[in-house]
Amino acid sequence: MIQFHQVEKHYGHFHVLKNINLSVEEGEVVVVVGPSGSGKSTMLRCINRLETITSGLLTVNGVQIHDRKIDINRVRRDIGMVFQHFNLYPHKKVIDNITLAPIKVLGLSKAEAADTAMYYLEKVGIADKANAYPSQLSGGQQQRVAIARGLAMKPKIMLFDEPTSALDPEMVGEVLDVMKALAREGMTMVVVTHEMGFAREVADRVVFMDQGQILEESEPGAFFDRPQEERLKTFLGRLLSH
Amino acid sequence: MDFTVLTENMEPFLRGFLNTIWASLLGLAGSFVLGVIIAVFRITRLRPLVWFGTGYVEFFRNIPLLLVVFLFYLGLPSLGVTLSGFAAGTLGLAVYTSAFIAEAIRAGILAVPAGQTEAARSSGLGYVQTMVHVVLPQAIKLVIPPLSNQFINLVKNSSVLSIVAGFDLMYYGDVVATETFDTINTYLFVAMFYLIITLPLSYGSRVLERKLARHD
Repeated sequence: MIQFHQVEKHYGHFHVLKNINLSVEEGEVVVVVGPSGSGKSTMLRCINRLETITSGLLTVNGVQIHDRKIDINRVRRDIGMVFQHFNLYPHKKVIDNITLAPIKVLGLSKAEAADTAMYYLEKVGIADKANAYPSQLSGGQQQRVAIARGLAMKPKIMLFDEPTSALDPEMVGEVLDVMKALAREGMTMVVVTHEMGFAREVADRVVFMDQGQILEESEPGAFFDRPQEERLKTFLGRLLSH
Repeated sequence: MDFTVLTENMEPFLRGFLNTIWASLLGLAGSFVLGVIIAVFRITRLRPLVWFGTGYVEFFRNIPLLLVVFLFYLGLPSLGVTLSGFAAGTLGLAVYTSAFIAEAIRAGILAVPAGQTEAARSSGLGYVQTMVHVVLPQAIKLVIPPLSNQFINLVKNSSVLSIVAGFDLMYYGDVVATETFDTINTYLFVAMFYLIITLPLSYGSRVLERKLARHD
């Protein structure tokens, strides 16, 4: 579903992504971990072209995503994205946050879009907040709305960019629970996170990045219990020591 | 305060007052439209538009308003275009003010967090849809205070029309003052007429600001 082939990215003199090779199959949950500044968010953002790549091939749903000739808006319909800071539209009610793209991009009627929105709000457990404004919700609730907003487009892939990093600790669980349910239903997911418990429990594969490179990639058991790379051992050691 | 100068010269006062309102409305509409266009030029990635927009703003923002009006009133005839004092004055006012409005609007658009655009674009919305449904509605709120300041300035600056025989409030104020020699009362009444326009403007902008800020 997603294939990185020798992908490189430079920001001026800064080499952000170095020879990235990674493939994600349909229904797979791939969790990307690594220290801050390791390029994991940048890699994720390349998948829907929020970031451009300098060279290499990146295929998503069978499309060369960095080909200038493709209709990027069409490709993005099938890729939902959830951000660290939720990025809900503050001037729109929860329900209108969710129905905007289905109405404007998919051409659904208002009523159809509202039905779909309510279905997903139900699913993330906050149907009663449909007419609230984002500022009236807690962080955890906002992030669940953001997930519902992504799902309402019925995407084939969902991208999560540190979805729990901006949340108070007691709200992390409610967001992870929604993501776990989604994974169980077979959604293809790429998740950048620091939540190691989530990675171990939900991931099909865990990827470790450092300094723009993928250093290790394995199933969670091997990843956490028998890490090969020195830097991964240090990284995991630091996490466990506090 | 002596009201005789007002009651005996009601006609010129009212004529000037209406012309000032008219010039202000035209100036407001013109400067807003021009300002939005120039602001959008400056945030595109098309170099020629950016250069044009930047040149426009820096030129008109950094020369005196009176000079802009003279360019239209006294400069254009040498190119074969002759405008009345009212037209040249109002046009100059609109062009001059639009440079400030363009900057305010541009700042408002840039102040909307990038994450808003990213969320909208990643859901498949196009550039224009993102602007219309996500960015501009948020930018407008941020822009209302500086914009209302500019509009109030525009009303006051419309007094420049008096210098090019634009028949505005200030022009008739001068006429009445010269004829009656009652300068102090005449100009106080002129001030009162300006306040009748500007005070509701600043009050209205505060109300609007509060109303829009309710959900943030």
